[in-house]
Amino acid sequence: MKALPFMKWRWLAVAFSATAILSAIVSLSIKELNWGLDFTGGTLVEVAYSESADLSAIRKVLEREGYDGAIVVSFGTDRDVLVRLPDGYSDQQGALMVDRLRANTDMDVELRRIEFVGPQVGDELRDDGGIAMLTALGLVMLYVAFRFQIKFALGAVIALAHDVIFTLGFFSLTGLEFDLTVLAALLAVVGYSLNDTIVVSDRIRENLRIIRRASPGEVIDVSLTETLGRTLVTSLTTLLVLAALALLGGEMIFGFAVALLVGVAIGTYSSIYIAATTLLQLKVSKADVMIPEREGADQEGLLP
Amino acid sequence: MNRYPLWKNLLILTVVACGIYYAAPNLYAPDPALQIAGASSAQQIDERIMRRAEEALTDAGIGFFGETLQAQGKSALLRLSDREQQLRAQAVLARELGDGFIVALNLAPTTPDWLVQGGASPMKLGLDLSGGVHFKLEVDVEAATERKMGQYETAIKKRLREERIRGRLSLDGRRVVMQFRSEEDREAARREVVDLYPELFLDRVDGDDIWALHADVTDQTIKEVIDYAVAQNLTTMRNRVNELGVSEPLVQRQGQNRIVVELPGIQDTAEAKRILGKVANLQFRLVAEANAPVSERQKFEYRSPDRGGITEWLERDVIITGESVSNAQAGFDQNGQPKVLISLDGEGGMLMSRATRANIKRRMGVLFIERKYKTRYELNEAGEEVVTRIPLDEKKLLTAPVIQSALGAQFQITGLDNPAEASELALMLRAGALAAPITFVEERTVGPSLGAENIELGMKSVQVGLALVVLFMAAYYRVFGVAAVLALSANLVLLVGIMSVLGATLTLPGIAGIVLTVGMAVDANVLIFSRIREEIKKGSSPQTAIDTGFDRALVTIVDANITTLIVAIILYAIGTGPIKGFAVTLSVGIMTSMFSAIMGTRALVNLIYGGRRVKALSIGGVARVADEQAGASA
Repeated sequence: MKALPFMKWRWLAVAFSATAILSAIVSLSIKELNWGLDFTGGTLVEVAYSESADLSAIRKVLEREGYDGAIVVSFGTDRDVLVRLPDGYSDQQGALMVDRLRANTDMDVELRRIEFVGPQVGDELRDDGGIAMLTALGLVMLYVAFRFQIKFALGAVIALAHDVIFTLGFFSLTGLEFDLTVLAALLAVVGYSLNDTIVVSDRIRENLRIIRRASPGEVIDVSLTETLGRTLVTSLTTLLVLAALALLGGEMIFGFAVALLVGVAIGTYSSIYIAATTLLQLKVSKADVMIPEREGADQEGLLP
Repeated sequence: MNRYPLWKNLLILTVVACGIYYAAPNLYAPDPALQIAGASSAQQIDERIMRRAEEALTDAGIGFFGETLQAQGKSALLRLSDREQQLRAQAVLARELGDGFIVALNLAPTTPDWLVQGGASPMKLGLDLSGGVHFKLEVDVEAATERKMGQYETAIKKRLREERIRGRLSLDGRRVVMQFRSEEDREAARREVVDLYPELFLDRVDGDDIWALHADVTDQTIKEVIDYAVAQNLTTMRNRVNELGVSEPLVQRQGQNRIVVELPGIQDTAEAKRILGKVANLQFRLVAEANAPVSERQKFEYRSPDRGGITEWLERDVIITGESVSNAQAGFDQNGQPKVLISLDGEGGMLMSRATRANIKRRMGVLFIERKYKTRYELNEAGEEVVTRIPLDEKKLLTAPVIQSALGAQFQITGLDNPAEASELALMLRAGALAAPITFVEERTVGPSLGAENIELGMKSVQVGLALVVLFMAAYYRVFGVAAVLALSANLVLLVGIMSVLGATLTLPGIAGIVLTVGMAVDANVLIFSRIREEIKKGSSPQTAIDTGFDRALVTIVDANITTLIVAIILYAIGTGPIKGFAVTLSVGIMTSMFSAIMGTRALVNLIYGGRRVKALSIGGVARVADEQAGASA
């Protein structure tokens, strides 16, 4: 099979990624994220009316009852209503508000869920999330450096950081809510993208060892071409199930599915372009992957 | 070549069969049910009570079946025909049986006997799927610390006064500051403090004509104080949750000073909070003398069912309440007999010593006071039934030992029958003592309809996602694709089976984890198949291509999966609740998918192609190439 000239176009990819990452960072610093209740604290109430609900009437009722800063939106269908109160209301207010809403309408009002998150919890979660992300990146880098070589580890981590920032930027730009499940999705993206990068790196290492008389750029091109089929098929199947999840999984799982959709798509791209380009810039060579015999013996031992 | 030895095939079959066996209980939908238990542990449920319950349900036109007594008559289970009627049935039974019984909503598993015998049980549903309330409570660490500091101050002050050491005492955050007029006084005080509280860190500070002694509380002590306060609250919470009538509550410590309470099936959060937040209490009173006038004494029953029916007369005057009790611990005295050691705060100790000094050889009763509610059903003007709950303090006697000598801030109760009684008594004393204040920092309520909807949506997306992957794989990889799909199904079964055995809780993110695993599990197969295709293109024979393809993909698969596993473990370590569920699913999924792809798919491929002459492999894409090669060589 003829190798596709991936590396010839790498500056185009770098330009695209640089623009995307820059816009993501700008958006994150100006617009920040639309932090969900898990991180901001506050109260969220979801109720279902028996018939289509009049949002402006509900807003008036809440205003009259003194719920300042209440945000009322419909959720999924026009009968489901979501009310979000800012931080500062007591933990009793959610249940009380449902009573008030019931008293002010002839329709049946069914309680779907109440969530109350105190301010101390929110900040903690945000910090823990950040720490988890950094720990994950750090440990992964160690493992890859140990199994492969430090240049591969740098390539993997730069690709991962690229994916995470890109996905965060996507959430910032679109204003989609960033809650705890999205954070979990982001960590899953790290796992997935890593999977992809390792597969590509593995092939590059193998080819560096066996292909003679070829520049590192050419070896990378061959490796990417060889793994392209696999990369696309795996991403496609994952994207298929994620699309099913996003479209059919309901509102509570939507953000999670979207984060993964974006993350998996960009993760596929980054394992081709970002990780490989980094390797090339770091001047990866045959000498980096020449490993003592012991390694070979190791691999034999893993056979089933 | 490419044949698995029989034992390997059998091993795979056995593993998959076990997976099916342990995953199977999840196929049987649970019955909506009601669990009846006595409000006090002494209450037995007998045939007569069951008949009353059955009649009440029949009168209300609610279908039920499968009524059984459980746990030696301590509780009973009634299965209902219709889930919609569960709440109404609960109200009917609560009314019929009265406040002496707790009627709890329950989902009774319908696992058939042949599965139960092997220890198989379905996965529990998380709150987001079953509906219910999740609370996170925070123990007020500052208040607990302040209370401890207050105890230090009073106790040291008292000791110095007893030893006639003159000085001034004050509190400064986590430090007790003592000031003396002479160095001798300070040294004497120092000896006393070391004797009293060896855990304090002492420091001498000299000023103008003032000899000061600083006693600092170490971080270790503070940590112990917090641990103690949290543990005490945890015990109290467990006792109270049992009152709420929930069949499978969860009360768990989280982090340094948080407590998580999960109550499946509960809708009335206000009620739940009232019960969780209430204060139980203790009273210490003298046992009344036989000739005391009736107006000065009261009769109480023992709380322990072993002494059911026995009563004691106590004086009306209260010596101290639970607020003065700072600790109670079970232990053994010098003779190896079980005892309970009680610590009081300074003021409590003073009151106790004043009251007991003159009453040696009399007995002292310890009352446990619990707030309970009485339910009343009334008709309002409009003729609608109104349910009101009237608070009611239930006072029961824990113990009534003889006062052997004048008691102080620390005393012990001996003469207990066995260590179990001692630890039960210590537990009740602690539960009744005023624990550090708690606040609700997080609360999530999920209505039952939303839970049911989440299950339905989750299942539908799993089915659709799986169907799409099956179609794609079969179309793209032909026979190999079908083998991969079969291995994928085995993977799903194993995943569900292992999670059931682990007792994992299925949450919505957990379902998402399963879906994601399905998508990613394909990866190992894809890696293997593309290697095989490459080998064929290089001109290898089909059998060699299969063998080399599996071999060479292995290292890549292991590396890629281990890194993903690292991420899953981190997720588990830092995540809470639903995120933990997702992490568990992901980790188990990674392991099962490695097994099913490496061993399972290989076994199937071996069965199809192994041990015979094969001209071309049905692996899609390259089949044509293989045919051409076959044609060229002919």
